[in-house]
Formats: sequence, C-alpha cells, structure tokens
Amino acid sequence: MVRNLTTKLMYSATSLIIVALGIGLAMIALGVRTQVASAEVNSKETSDGAAEVGRAVVRRLTPDHYGNVIADVFGPSIRLGGRFEPEFRVDGLYEIGSGRVGVSSDGMMQYDIMARNIAEQVTSEKYHGEMIPCTPQSVSRSDGDCARQFLTGVGRVLFRRPLTETEQIRYVAAANVGAQQLQDFYAGLSLSLGAMLTSPQFLFRQVAIEPAPNQPGEYRLVAYSKASRLSFFLWNSLPDEVLLRAAEDGELNTQEGLERQVSRMKASPRFKDGVRAFFTDMFHFDAVPTLAKDLVLYPKFDSIVAADAKEQTLKTLIQLLVDQRGDYRDIFTVRKTFLTQALASVYEVPLVNDVPNGSPDTWQPFEFSSDDSRGGILTHISFLGLHSHPGRSSPTLRGKALREIMFCQKVPAPPGDVDFTLANDTTVYKTARKRLVAHSSEPMCAGCHKITDPMGLALEKFDGIGVYRETENGVQIDTSGQVDGMAFEDAAGLRKAVHDHPAATSCLVDRLFSYALGRTPVKGELSWVSRLKGTFKESGYVVPELMRKIATSPELYRAPPPKNEIMKTMGPAT
Amino acid sequence: MNTKLNRRTVLRGSMGGAVITVGLPLLDCFLNGNGTALAATGKALPTCFGHWYQSLGLNPGMWIPEKIGANYENNVQLKLFDPFRERMNIFSGMKYFLDGRPHETHTSTVQIATMGAVIDSGEIGPSLDSKIADVIGKDTRFRSLEVSVEGSRKSWSRRSGTSVNPSEPSPVALYKRLFGPEFRDPNAAEFTPDPMLMARRSVLSVITDQRHDIMRQVGAADRARMEEYFTSIREIEHRLELGLQKPEPMPTCQVPAPPEELEPSTVIDNVVHNGKLFAQLLAYALACDQTRVFNVASSGSWREAGTTYTWHTATHEEAIDQGVGRQKKVFWYLTIANKVFAEFLRALDGVREGPGTLLDRTLVLWQTDHEDARTHSIENIPIMTVGGAGGLMTTGIHVSAPGDPCTRVGLTVQQAFGVPIRTWGDRSNETTRTITEVMGSQDASSV
Repeated sequence: MVRNLTTKLMYSATSLIIVALGIGLAMIALGVRTQVASAEVNSKETSDGAAEVGRAVVRRLTPDHYGNVIADVFGPSIRLGGRFEPEFRVDGLYEIGSGRVGVSSDGMMQYDIMARNIAEQVTSEKYHGEMIPCTPQSVSRSDGDCARQFLTGVGRVLFRRPLTETEQIRYVAAANVGAQQLQDFYAGLSLSLGAMLTSPQFLFRQVAIEPAPNQPGEYRLVAYSKASRLSFFLWNSLPDEVLLRAAEDGELNTQEGLERQVSRMKASPRFKDGVRAFFTDMFHFDAVPTLAKDLVLYPKFDSIVAADAKEQTLKTLIQLLVDQRGDYRDIFTVRKTFLTQALASVYEVPLVNDVPNGSPDTWQPFEFSSDDSRGGILTHISFLGLHSHPGRSSPTLRGKALREIMFCQKVPAPPGDVDFTLANDTTVYKTARKRLVAHSSEPMCAGCHKITDPMGLALEKFDGIGVYRETENGVQIDTSGQVDGMAFEDAAGLRKAVHDHPAATSCLVDRLFSYALGRTPVKGELSWVSRLKGTFKESGYVVPELMRKIATSPELYRAPPPKNEIMKTMGPAT
Repeated sequence: MNTKLNRRTVLRGSMGGAVITVGLPLLDCFLNGNGTALAATGKALPTCFGHWYQSLGLNPGMWIPEKIGANYENNVQLKLFDPFRERMNIFSGMKYFLDGRPHETHTSTVQIATMGAVIDSGEIGPSLDSKIADVIGKDTRFRSLEVSVEGSRKSWSRRSGTSVNPSEPSPVALYKRLFGPEFRDPNAAEFTPDPMLMARRSVLSVITDQRHDIMRQVGAADRARMEEYFTSIREIEHRLELGLQKPEPMPTCQVPAPPEELEPSTVIDNVVHNGKLFAQLLAYALACDQTRVFNVASSGSWREAGTTYTWHTATHEEAIDQGVGRQKKVFWYLTIANKVFAEFLRALDGVREGPGTLLDRTLVLWQTDHEDARTHSIENIPIMTVGGAGGLMTTGIHVSAPGDPCTRVGLTVQQAFGVPIRTWGDRSNETTRTITEVMGSQDASSV
C-alpha cells in the first residue's frame, strides 16, 4: 500500500531539488529549482588535471552524534538501548572514517533495535503530552492528521531539513498502516518514527548542492546542508531551531548571515562540546577511559583514574583555548589544570578540597609549580598512560604518538621477523634507553627508532601510568634527547621544543580542516589551508578563531559539479 | 514415538494458513534413514561454517605432524585433538606475502588470512566468512554470529574493508539474542505469525522503496556504502519475512537454560568459562538453525587474574627457557587456547543427529596470524580445518605446501561452500590453486 502511493508521487514531482546522500532523492518541498549532485561526484578538475574542489563527503553519524541528537531532540531521559559499530579512524580522525563507512548487517540490526527502543519510549503514554502535539481521534485506529503533525515536526529536526512532500506521505502512510495492523495509533506512530531513525536520511549526514549564484559552473551546499555541516562541526550535534530557520529564510546563504550564525554558535555553551569532540578525536581520548594497566605494578590506577584522566585534559584544553582564548602552543607547557583526588594521588601532589561543603563537584583547579617536572598535556596521564604498555612505559610509543598525533607525521610500521629479546631484557639493560640502544643495533630497526625514541625518552621519568620516578631498576634515568635538531635535557626541554615546533600548529590546522570537511584537502584547496595557517599564526594561535575562520570560509561549502548523467537526466541548471 | 508423521502431514500443515499445527514429537523420526536429511521434506540438514581465529600462532617445531597425507599422527602440541584427527586436516608450510608493504604485526596477516589481502585503501573485503554466509546464511535468523571469548568486541569478520561485524563479548547477551522473545521454536506445535512482525515489515517499505532512486544517482565512491546499507536493510526485511513463516523443524533443537557467565574479560578463568558457554550456545544455535555461520575471535590478550601481563606481552618479553628450548609461559597459554578450541569442537560433536553429529555437517576453519609470535614470523603458518561439512571436504589429511600462499586454504574452503570465485587474494597472495587433496565429493549445490 505504501509502496503504491509513494511511487506514484515520486514521479509526479515537477520541480525538483535533488538532495544527495551520495544520492539524489527527488524533493519537492522547497519550491526552488535547483540542480544537485551526488556527493560522490568527481572532483572538479582544473586545467592541469588537479582536483580543484574536493568531493562533498557524506558522513555517517558517529556514536556521539547519535546520542547527542537523540538527547537534543527527545531529551536526555530517553535510553538508546543498543550499541554501535566500531568507529574507523582514517588519516588520524574518526570523522574522516565516518565518510567511508556504510552500515554492516550487525550495525543495522543494532540501529533497528535502538530505533524501535527510542520510538517506543517517545510514543509511550508517559510522553504523549510532551512529545506528541495532538491527540488522535481514537487510540485504536489510524489518524493521518495527527500522525502528520508529529512526523513532519520531528522529521524536520531529525533529517536536519523539512521532509519532502513525498517523505511526508510515506511516513504518514507507514504510521497508518502500522496503526491499522496493530489497532493502535501510537504503535503505528512508533513504527514510523522507528523507520525514520533507521533511514539513510537520518543515519547519514546528507549533502545537497546547488549552483552558486553568479558563479557559472560553480556549486555550493544548499543552506540546510550548510547548517548541518556547521552544527556538527561547532556543536557536535544537529542544528537548533534558530539555525534551521536561518537556512530556511536564506540567511545562511549570505556571508553576513553566515558570520552572524557562527558568532552566535561560538557564544553558545554548546561550542565547548564541539571543541571537546574535536580534541577527543584528534588526541584519541576515546581510548583513555578503557585503558587497562597492570594493577600489581600500578596499584594507583583504576577506572576512576582512567575516566578522570580524559576529563582532566579536556578541562585543561577548554580553559586554555576557549575560556582564555589562549595560544594553542601553550597546551604543551600549560601548568594550570584541574584535578580530582584520584588524579592527585597519581601526580603525587596535595589537593586541598576547597569546594563548598557537600558540593558534588570533585574537580579542583590546580597549578603545577614552575619547577615541577610536570606541565603541559604531554605530562598528563591521558598521554603518558595511553601511549605506554600495560606494564611499562614506552619511549617508542610516546615518540610515535608525538609524531603522528601532535605533528601529523607518519612513522613506518616495524618490519616482520624482529627478535625483541634484547629490547625486553631488563636484567642486563636496566633502563629503557639501554634496551632501545641494544635493540637498535639491528640496522633494520634503527632508522625508525631514531625518529621516535629521542622524543619519548625525555618522558621516561614518568612511568607507565605517569607517576614520577627518578630511576628504573635502580639506575638513574637519562632524559636527554632531541627533536628535529632541537636538543634538550629533560621533559621541560621537550615541552619547549614541541611548543616551538612548526609542525605542531600546522598539524592542528590540518586536522581541524579535515575534521570540518570530513576528508583531507585536495590539491586545489591547499592554498586555502595555507591561508588558514597564516591567519592562525596572526591570531596568536587562537583555536576558536581558527574554527570561526574555517566555518565562515566559502570554501567549506563549495562542491564539485554534479555527475554528467544527472545533468542529462535533469536538464541544465537554471 | 509418533510414526505417522510423514511428508504429507508437514506439507499440509505448512500450507494451512496463519496457524500451523504440526504433530509431536520431533525427534530422530524426523531424519531420514541415514540421519542426514529431514525425513519430512527430504531436505538435507544444512551445512555450517565456522571461522576460529586465534592470534599468536603455535610453537615452532611442536605442531607439524611428521607424516604427510592421510593417517598422520598429531605432534605434541596438537595431541589433544586426537579424538578429531580423522575429521580434521592440518596444513603446514604455507605463508603470508607482504610484497614489500609494511608489516603491521598481528594485523596485516589477519587481513590476508580473512580477506586475502592487506588493506591498503580500505576498499577490500568482505572476509571469507561473509562470502560463505552470502551463500549459506541467507535463510536463517542470523546471517552469522560473531563472538569473542575474551570479552571484547574485536572481530575479524568484515562485510567490507571498512565494515566490521563486531563480536558479542557476553554469553548472556548472546543467549538473549538467540533465545529471547523473538526466538521461535522450530519444533513448536503451533505457529502464529506475530502481528508486530507483519506491521514492521510493512513499515520498512518506507525505506526499501527509496532504494532504486538512491542507487540510481549515487556517486561512485558512495555506491558501495549505500549498497551495503540497503543490503543490511534487506536483511532486516528478509529476517522479518522468515519470522512470518513456519520454520523448518530441526530434530535436535532445544532451548538451553540461560548461561551463568563470568564477567566477560581477558582473565584466563573467565575466558575458559565463557568460552565453554559460547561453545554450547553456538551448538544450540546451529542445531536450531538460527545461524549457519559463526566466527570466534581471540586476540591473545589473555592474562592471569590480578595482572595485565598478557599472553601477547609474554610472547615478546619472555625469554626462551634454555632447558626446554621454548617460552614456557607462552606454551602454557597455547595449551589452554587449544583446550578452549577442543572444548568447542566437543560441544558441536555432542549434538547427535542420526549416526553423525553437528560437527560432521560443519566445517571449522582455524587460522592464526604468525607461526612464532615472538618474532612475528609469517612463514610456515599453522592452519587447521575440522569437520567436513557433510562431505564438502575430505578429512584426515596433513597437507604440506611449503612456500605456497595460505590463501589456498581460504580459496578451497570458499569453493567447497559454493562461493562463486575462481581466484582469491591479491598480489603474491592471489591464488587459483585449490587444495585438491581435501576437496570433498559433493559441492554445495548438491547438498
């Protein structure tokens, strides 16, 4: 029944917008004649054959996005009741990986379970007044009008754009069919909402494009797609009502309007959620709360320390970068942080509890003294512990993380058939430095260890979870080293060297750019990246300023022209 | 025993509309004379495939049988598989080829073992179990089931290079998935289609109806992603349809008691305990035809309680004991791992179906990442198969193929199950050479 109704409508549309989800989907709701592309259309080619405009990436909602969206739309009391497929990190970011994945059979089953769970809660009696704007004529029959009111409202938010007329008809018909078969209006509504939550329009962040006005041959994202790209970038969730309206009334299509919205979004408390999400992705903090350590060797480490360790660094970053609009490079040297009692015990510092009596907030501002060996996020547990083995520190893992995560460089993988006996013999070689020197006597290993170990060895006075120590196996630890020609004696020297290393700020711009766009830049975008790097420097390396710059760049919303076949099918754009 | 049950009774029942009544009980009388097919419909009992992926290899010098061919004797480390010797094959001498690409230890080799190639671009796959599931797993509630004996979601089963079928870490959760409210006993006397399933199937057309329009205009790079999405949706739809049909009776299907698991974790006692539960649950799942394909994963992060010094760490850090000439702790772990696998085989073998057992209509492929984990060696890789999948594979043979790509085994297994491929693997791992010594007398289409 649904099939017949909707199929007819699909082909009766006279004026079309194609919303790409990597797809074209006929839409007739917006009343504007627009030519749109598949998101995966070939990049526009310049005369020398290099891609000028990269593809518009269609990303799957990340688990965080999914949770945030459901909480934003239906309130935090709604339980998801399922789990997600593992994420997939590409070029340093899950956000890029989310543009490469489909939905596996198991993943779909989970989406289906969650969708039905959520829909059942939302349409349950408890929420009838709150979530559903109307009362059906009879609870045991279908009521198309009431279903339409609810589904078009909720659909607009979930799809981040108004439902097309076809979609409205489909989802209302689905609710009616469900209600008739189950003789229950709300059960039908629940099934239709569940279908919405498993639809590609919800699970994937759609990209629709249109010809850029006054720029023949150029294409850009339509305003709703812009709004979505903005909100997931700056807020880690879907557009709010104001942003959707700004898309609807064209405000987002003007540069002033775009800048006004970005300023508003930056001023919102939700901006911090966006910044936290970005650094969680870039610095791999998702892995910190589940870190496992050898409890015999590290009795201070437990799941509370692990969870707090992630939060500590995020709080530090937010205070420095957002609240104080500080210099990005200072994250490597900043002494101000926040601690809980659990963390203070690992850091071996006294933490005076001066919150009001009975306050549930267990976090205290704390500043490491200037002569403390600790300072900067590289000396946080979230770095030291994450890039160590379960039972010992690892100069190689730490050096590799510095290169790959902080500098965006690639360290080659180790060769096969390596004998690690020397590298692990703690009876003859008491310190990590001595073991690594012995191990690097094998020529095939030496090359790579030269680029990782001298950085990592500077952090050797912090053990596998980050507790300070002077010796290893009774032998004094030597923390001298160098990074790309900058020599130092200890962790403080390393911090300074990383702080001053041009790759650190350059890497941040590359990652943030890729995070916003969902992919690495194509050749034609390199000049934009290089301009961003210039303005980042001029701004004094202020991260929110860089985010504003990216969010307000017209380049972020450019798209390659649609596929030729579509042009043929739909006729030339007007 | 009710001997009046015959083909006609069942057929009449299955055509009788919404409520289908079938006589009781459903025991061996439902099997034909030699116990290999359902007497009622004449259909053969389904063949099943399992992939057991166990990281960290075996002990060099301790697993390869001396004799090549039939009637071999198990070497020390595989002695405990003696009860299955006639029904298993051992493959030695084969290797993984990296062709100059970086050796991501424990990773590149898994990819070759499961997908025939190293993921360079993220665009390869699916893994061989998924390809086999495409052939034999379409008509069951679960296309395949993935479990991890060490409490993680880790899995090497992939729909594509980017899309993992994650493992179920908890036996209790698996039990709920299998035998929760949505389970329909194939031997139940009455069958009433669930109106909720009917409604769900109707409503799902909101999405399936869009497929044509979306795929028509999808761009090249997103085509495979959207295809995967719709394939997954189609599977949901197919499962709903299956749920609306009276299932084929399964002679040995029973609903087991809920398992009492230990907390899913890498602690060895929990691994052993939960491994046994998983073995039983998967045996029930196969016996009840809820799935025909499964994957069991172990990455070797097992450890003793109270420490995080893992098996994997031991492979790197433990010195070779000069007295016995091997890493003693590692050998201990390997012995336990083999016991867990043997226990699993026993569970399948414990389900008697006529003269044979569930194991006989199953083929379990055992693969690993390295021979010697200590050095991450990629030559002389141990591979085993157990069970002949109802004659799809000949068993009891030790195949030695020095220098050949391991992918030969994967290709052979896939072809045995009727996966329509002639070659498998890329670069030096590419092969068209099946292992003819073990190719069975039947192919999947005749089963």
